[in-house]
Amino acid sequence: MRQAEFRDALLDPDLPVPAGLTDPQGHPAGRRFDVYRNNVSVSLAEALCSAFPVVRALVGEDFFAAMAAVYVRSHPPGSPLLMFYGQQMADFLSTFEPVAHLGYLPDVARLELALHHSYHAADRPAVASETLACLAPGQLMESRLQLAPAVFLIRSQWPVHSIWMANARGGPPPRAEAQDVLVTRPQFDPEPELLPKGAGRFIARLIAGHTTGAALEDDLSFDLTATLGLLIRSGAITQIIPGEPK
Amino acid sequence: MPDQTARHSLPPHPGVGYKARHFSNIIDQAGPVKWLEIHAENYMGDGGRPLAQLRHLAERFPISVHGVGLSIGGEAPLDRDHLARLAHLCGWLNPASFSEHLAWSTHGAEFLNDLLPLPYTSATLATVVSHIDQVQATLGRRMLLENPAVYLDFAETEMDEVDFLNEIVARTGCGLLLDVNNVHVSSTNRQTDPFDYIDRFAHDQVGEIHLGGHDQDHDDTGAPLLIDSHGCEIVDPVWELYAHTLATGGAKPTLIEWDNDVPDWPVLAAEADRAARLLQKVTA
Amino acid sequence: MTHSMKTLAVAGSLAAALSAHFATPASAQSKEKCFGVALAGQNDCAAGPGTTCAGTSKVDYQGNSWKLVPAGTCTTMELPGGRMGSLEALDRDLPQG
Repeated sequence: MRQAEFRDALLDPDLPVPAGLTDPQGHPAGRRFDVYRNNVSVSLAEALCSAFPVVRALVGEDFFAAMAAVYVRSHPPGSPLLMFYGQQMADFLSTFEPVAHLGYLPDVARLELALHHSYHAADRPAVASETLACLAPGQLMESRLQLAPAVFLIRSQWPVHSIWMANARGGPPPRAEAQDVLVTRPQFDPEPELLPKGAGRFIARLIAGHTTGAALEDDLSFDLTATLGLLIRSGAITQIIPGEPK
Repeated sequence: MPDQTARHSLPPHPGVGYKARHFSNIIDQAGPVKWLEIHAENYMGDGGRPLAQLRHLAERFPISVHGVGLSIGGEAPLDRDHLARLAHLCGWLNPASFSEHLAWSTHGAEFLNDLLPLPYTSATLATVVSHIDQVQATLGRRMLLENPAVYLDFAETEMDEVDFLNEIVARTGCGLLLDVNNVHVSSTNRQTDPFDYIDRFAHDQVGEIHLGGHDQDHDDTGAPLLIDSHGCEIVDPVWELYAHTLATGGAKPTLIEWDNDVPDWPVLAAEADRAARLLQKVTA
Repeated sequence: MTHSMKTLAVAGSLAAALSAHFATPASAQSKEKCFGVALAGQNDCAAGPGTTCAGTSKVDYQGNSWKLVPAGTCTTMELPGGRMGSLEALDRDLPQG
């Protein structure tokens, strides 16, 4: 028997148990094979439960369990590193018809996935704030600020930060608005930080490799002091690289 | 000051499968626990707290790296990226031991997250042997291969499991990890004698023993079907089989595995204590 | 806005951000970093408990068999169905796991 046949029957309970699998008397394996079917689907669904606690809270445990079973069969893990399982959850949610009316779910999944990636990201010391303090005004404008590998930007047309806070930390009910979130990791604990209105575009351009000046374009309408304060306080800036990228 | 030489071999004392929730207990009072085992895949991120905690623990305890995702029994070639990640981990950590399973878990690009069984034939033997050769060459160290917990038989199987393991050892020079709970689970499920299995095992090749809890179920005919769930205490028949194992093969580093419904530290430490008492009897 | 005005505005923002930062005590930065709460590892070598039907139940949401509706906190959140604002899509892709 080829392992492909074993695999297909594991993930599709409508398929018969592969021939040649038996109990000690040579009878067909039956429930014995179901142990493996169970192990695969239960363990992978559990991995999704721990990866997406807020999506789970939003749709409820029973619904999430059933939806996870669909996800496991359509998107089995592509690597043995289960801490990153669920990579395609946002895309899945945006096409999963029973949650079509919950337009914010994919962005909530993106935020939860970013928190996991941040948790496991490489450690990188932050630039000393004294170094920033010594920058001449023109130097800052013409330098690129490199952000830590643990920093992730989630831009959303939904109040994704408020939704996360309401479900994970008991925050107040979200109001209808667009929110950009910066996941930072001051030491070892990732934190989703709400960016000042309008700062998402600036951060996105910093991440894309623009100098501070180019990242700003001509937009000084957002709270740059609060934005820089957040980057400094969370240790997000790891290098100051002079000049434009090559 | 931690004993640096102790990092390079597992002592013949109890160890536990490390769980993050027990970090402070282990640092404060490890009690009978003298070494720790980690699941390799959980430490393959780039940084953060998991690796910081592991570095901290590795300065204090010998560490055993136990892989659960290499798919040594897979038909397909080993995943080179995954093997490289293992080599990286074993490189910087320099653990006292590395072990993996006689099982498969990957098919194509898919990781199925279970230790799936394989028939024991000359063809599967050749595949497993070449995979173990590749692992040992890449890691630059001898690995231990663990006997599996199985729930069914293959009609095409030609060899007995102990003979199959012995042949792998003879051809690759690898060592063995004897999971006594797996022997009990598989023997019950196959309706064979677990003591006979232990008596025929190559104890001089055993570098580590595993003990753990299992669940009880039954198959379609009502026959007992035990499941290797690692979610409860070790049952008396497994302790008896363990005592027999020690009497036959001598004291060996012994791991308490508890992966589901992980208990508070004192419960785990009590299991380690029971193993320590049995180990002391054979050492004395 | 001229380039030099922009430069001065940005320098002013940085100075203000830094002075707020220097005014904050740094005690939180010297704690023993390892001892915080760690997430449980996702990989282990245990089987799932029991032969429950989880692995064998048929899952089909495209036919008529999908009866479940979301029943969590989403039922109490009053967010209009349409999208708010008009931003570009996610700008920083997550690494492929």
